[in-house]
Amino acid sequence: MSFTQEEEIDLSPESTAKAGVILSSLDWIYNWSQSNSVWPLQFGLACCAIEMIGTAGSRHDIARFGAEVFRPSPRQSDLMLVSGTVTKKMAPQVVRIYNQMPEPKYVIAMGACAISGGPFKQGYNVLKGIDRYIPVDVYLPGCPPRPEALLHALMTLQKKIKNQKTLGKNITNPAYKEGRRIYPVPVLSGDDLDPPYNPEVWTPPAKNPNVEDGCE
Amino acid sequence: MSTETMPARGFNLSKDDLGADILEIAMGPHHPSTHGVFRMDLKLDGETVVDLKPIFGYLHRNHEKLAEDIPYPGSMPFTDRLDYLCGMTNNWAYALSLEKMLEVEVPERAQYIRIICAELTRLVNHCLLIGFFINDLGALGTPLLYALREREKILDLFETLSGARMMVNYMRFGGVRCDLPDGWLEECKRIVDKFPAFLDEYETLLNENEIVITRSQNVGVLTAEEATNFSITGPMLRASGVNYDLRKVDKYGIYDRFDFKVPLGAHGDCYDRFMIRMLEMRESIKILNQAMKDLPDGDIIGKVPRVFKPAAGTEVYGRIESPKGELGFYLVADGSTNPYRFKVRPPSFINLTALRHMCIGHKVADAVIILGSIDIVLGEVDR
Repeated sequence: MSFTQEEEIDLSPESTAKAGVILSSLDWIYNWSQSNSVWPLQFGLACCAIEMIGTAGSRHDIARFGAEVFRPSPRQSDLMLVSGTVTKKMAPQVVRIYNQMPEPKYVIAMGACAISGGPFKQGYNVLKGIDRYIPVDVYLPGCPPRPEALLHALMTLQKKIKNQKTLGKNITNPAYKEGRRIYPVPVLSGDDLDPPYNPEVWTPPAKNPNVEDGCE
Repeated sequence: MSTETMPARGFNLSKDDLGADILEIAMGPHHPSTHGVFRMDLKLDGETVVDLKPIFGYLHRNHEKLAEDIPYPGSMPFTDRLDYLCGMTNNWAYALSLEKMLEVEVPERAQYIRIICAELTRLVNHCLLIGFFINDLGALGTPLLYALREREKILDLFETLSGARMMVNYMRFGGVRCDLPDGWLEECKRIVDKFPAFLDEYETLLNENEIVITRSQNVGVLTAEEATNFSITGPMLRASGVNYDLRKVDKYGIYDRFDFKVPLGAHGDCYDRFMIRMLEMRESIKILNQAMKDLPDGDIIGKVPRVFKPAAGTEVYGRIESPKGELGFYLVADGSTNPYRFKVRPPSFINLTALRHMCIGHKVADAVIILGSIDIVLGEVDR
């Protein structure tokens, strides 16, 4: 069977839609479905975890964004909500759980403590930001952030997922290039973590030459 | 294995029946039922707990050390983060300690506002605890959603009052930070009036529930003598039948003006601990109704010095009945604006010491609900 010029199939959106065919890029449909079914890890660290539970509660209802399936196992989750203070004793556990999550995986640093140490930054036992060991996608400030803020962070993450390129030459999400990302787990030796940060994901900010003894 | 040596019930198999060894498992710090970053190292014979070692420190945030480097009022926001479910009572305990040290008078109206806030906090804490406890029993979700629904209403009150939902930072030495906004009391009355209806619903669902009764009665029994020896306080002590409530014993604030009862348990098991909280919420509503009726007009903060400089060598221990038990702050002054020593006596930490004693001989699944019935918050346990 051969097609002549007159019998060529009409591929205009109007006629394909009539025939029940939707044309879309694979990226678009993949990102759309992924961003609307983010499964967070049921993983609470401190005060922010209570607000995380509050967000899953009836009033704020995270299910509206397709993220209500809190999984206790890292093997089944896409999103790690680092909800609260990460202490030096807990940081190895957090990195290990991150390593156990399958790709694609995302991280929201929830609350001032997870971002930078927050009010406890001066403490001897508090990690000054989880982004020293694992890459963070969305930073969510607040102490603790309101449930609305967490929903906004989730929407920001959804926007990020919708814009990612998973095919072709310009892949934006490293998960689709390198396979599963596994970062070295720090060891608590003495009174500090070894190494103090992971140079792959974080470098210390440049010192301000105008300040003689700038703080860390 | 012949039928004669088979134990009567399959799940009572011991290691001797199977020729197996003691199984050691680490539960936590990431475990959905450990109420935060708590770790239990369990030794199991089959499914029975033969030994338990609690390991904590995963949330040690140096509260006590940080407080030594900042002036007295600066520690007030940090107390919110100790037991992050009950910011108001933590504030009150710290304010009470320093007021005792400096002998500051608290005005009448501030005392009433403090009591209203503290009892609202008790409602939040207890209904959330019951939600988590039933969650641990296996009823995933629904009872907790009921509790969260009620919690949101009370958090709205806190938000209009202080600007924050959880970290209220509301009490001040000698009073409270700001007066009640217009219409706050009416809204509070409306919520408190509706609360018993929620409790009725909750009690109908849970109190005589077959599963709740079978799972929690005679589990994790703590006798009155053991409870006193472990220096347990709060609802857990009263569930064992010891009549000790600081609101009645110390009569701090103006608790002696209110008519309320102290519910007592008889068996000291998980079911009693669960029921005590249900009954305490009813008593809290009684106190709230009386306090809202008698709320006087007047100042909200007393005469306080501009700078807090207690004399060197002064020591003080102030304590209140927080929803979890006796919360105390021990302060030592060295004559400067900062405390020389800032010690917290956290109720959940001390209550947790009885965990091993209560768990041994029970199944792993029971260890989870025993932990749930203690009502711990890791921010307070590790400090």
